[in-house]
Amino acid sequence: MIDPEAHLRSVRIALLPLAEVGRHRGAFAGTAKSVGEIWDRRELLGLLVRRELRARYKNSSLGLVWSLMRPLSQLLIYYFAVGQIIGLARAVPDFAIFVFVGLTAWTLFSEIISNSTVSIISNQGLVKKVYLPREIFPLASVGSALFGFLVQFIVLLAAVVVLGRFPTSWDILYAAGAFIMLVTFATSLGVLLAGLTVYARDLEHLVEVVLAVLFWASPIVYSYSFVQNAIGGSALEQIYLANPITVAVLGFQRGLWVAGSVPANGVSWPPDMATRMVVIFLLSVVFLWFSQRIFSRLQGNFAQEL
Amino acid sequence: MSATPTIVELSGVSKKFVLHQHKSLKERAVAFSAARKHQEAFWALRDIDLQIATGTTLGLVGHNGSGKSTLLKVIGGIIQPTTGVVRRRGRLAALLELGAGFHPDLTGRENVYLNASILGLTKAETSRFFDAIVDFSGIEAFIDTQVKFYSSGMYVRLAFAVSVHVDPDLLLIDEVLAVGDEPFQQKCLAKIAQFQREGRTIVYVSHSSDQVAQLCDRVLVLDHGNMIFDGSADEGIDVLRQTYTDSTPSFVSPKSVSAPAYALPSVGSLRISSSAIDTSGAFMPGSDLLVTLDFSNDDMSQRLTAEISIDIQPGVEVYRVSTDQLGIEIPREVGAYTLAITLPQNPFVSGSYSLRASLAPTQGDGPHQQPSVQHFSIASAAGVERSNSFNASAVLRTR
Repeated sequence: MIDPEAHLRSVRIALLPLAEVGRHRGAFAGTAKSVGEIWDRRELLGLLVRRELRARYKNSSLGLVWSLMRPLSQLLIYYFAVGQIIGLARAVPDFAIFVFVGLTAWTLFSEIISNSTVSIISNQGLVKKVYLPREIFPLASVGSALFGFLVQFIVLLAAVVVLGRFPTSWDILYAAGAFIMLVTFATSLGVLLAGLTVYARDLEHLVEVVLAVLFWASPIVYSYSFVQNAIGGSALEQIYLANPITVAVLGFQRGLWVAGSVPANGVSWPPDMATRMVVIFLLSVVFLWFSQRIFSRLQGNFAQEL
Repeated sequence: MSATPTIVELSGVSKKFVLHQHKSLKERAVAFSAARKHQEAFWALRDIDLQIATGTTLGLVGHNGSGKSTLLKVIGGIIQPTTGVVRRRGRLAALLELGAGFHPDLTGRENVYLNASILGLTKAETSRFFDAIVDFSGIEAFIDTQVKFYSSGMYVRLAFAVSVHVDPDLLLIDEVLAVGDEPFQQKCLAKIAQFQREGRTIVYVSHSSDQVAQLCDRVLVLDHGNMIFDGSADEGIDVLRQTYTDSTPSFVSPKSVSAPAYALPSVGSLRISSSAIDTSGAFMPGSDLLVTLDFSNDDMSQRLTAEISIDIQPGVEVYRVSTDQLGIEIPREVGAYTLAITLPQNPFVSGSYSLRASLAPTQGDGPHQQPSVQHFSIASAAGVERSNSFNASAVLRTR
């Protein structure tokens, strides 16, 4: 006796094609398939982001407020130590806004990188036991970093509105472009690091150190004018400006730090910023594809390396 | 079976594991030149060709390290094969771990959604099944409590409830049924039986031969990554037990042991016979077994106790009895004796067994001998009433 449900099932299965399991070969077709797979699991991606966020602040009474404490405390430190005591605030108008804009961009980048680097390792229980498109773990880290950014950005907007420094010119598009560019770049780097860290655990610590250095390699607590005065016109300046984070931070500042666009303040910007941003964005897209290919090659052995 | 379509197809699948000795960059840099030497490779799977038809319940068995879990993970796509191709269709759920992705800080409700999503349900589907899941788990009262406050039993029940509400065509199970209390295991088995009726395909890894025999209609036996058997469950389990026997060191017979300083009792022949034997020489389940042991007592200074034990392969003791327990005293007089022990209506399940007999001084840690060993097997037969307890009786005769 054949159960009718069983019969229906076998008829349905007979109609499905037998698909090869595992890594998607082919430079472009493989990426397309992976993207399709991730798109199919987008609900899970959302749940993983929520899990990370909810779990982080589950038992604290202040909850989300804590995610603001770090950037706010950093703002206070830099405002008083660098701005007032060292006296940078005299050279940089609206120093508090300037620093907070830079910090917001920087926090987004560093959160994406440091979280996604360890994302596979910290989800090893899942990686070893269930098949999921593994890119989902670094992407979930990007998601939770974006949420943190959103909260910080709202505070920033509130601050510029309250202080009467709300950007009204089209320069704000710089910030939007910088955001897209920075997220693309950080995601591609994060995906690559997530895969590599499984094989070389030292990367986790190396990334921390490099992030600490990179913080000072971008004009976050000092303005670009200082850089121009020091190494303006030299090859060093070009190297400095080749850093995608620097360009992103500059884009955020140009869009949201209104005082920098007032001609009387004499703030200088690097030439061809829009072009630089577009070029870096396009390179980041290529880099993202490249990272995904590498990740896809590496992920076949994740389950046994962990 | 040929009428149903193939759901999984493996062709020439091999998996090589490379054991890295060096994990950190420093270690790798230092040992760079020697890195190749330190890589130790072994084949967890070799050249597996396999087709699984829809509706089959396939058991994967083998001793530890035989590659059965690796094969399951390869089918599930969790591990990439080194060579070969795995093709699959239909919806897959891998129950390699109950509650995969459960986060201790989230509530039961949140974890149900997360876990269901990991297993491939959409949010809408989970919402539809949610009441059924909670109902099945039987922990309604705690569904909004953080999972870290759950007892392990509650945790497993909730996780299992989610797993069985995923609607898979192909279900991979790795030993998850080994956890939980007896009612829970019964629930699992009932659910699996239901899945079988519904024509779902199940691939099941287990160490429990009984469960495999009970559930599976096809068994693969793996040994060091090679597939050494593919066929019916009963035969497969016999082959499996054979591999266990081959790998355990054979026991030395008493004759080859050099005589110790003082006279040990000498164990003569050990025999076992049954009241009902099938054509292959295996004993019928439920038949009366008769164990006889010849021995002689050469030293009057010690009182002796004889003991027999029965192990099911691979060395799990299922029965042990001594002359003391049987109420028999071995006389101190020097002489030759025959001990006959009757095991009426044996309760043993089908399989190969080894019977061991030993004699030792009753008191103290006197020198022990190598036990005398006999092998026998119990035939598989359906519908035999097995009693849970039985009373052995024994008589001792002088020869």
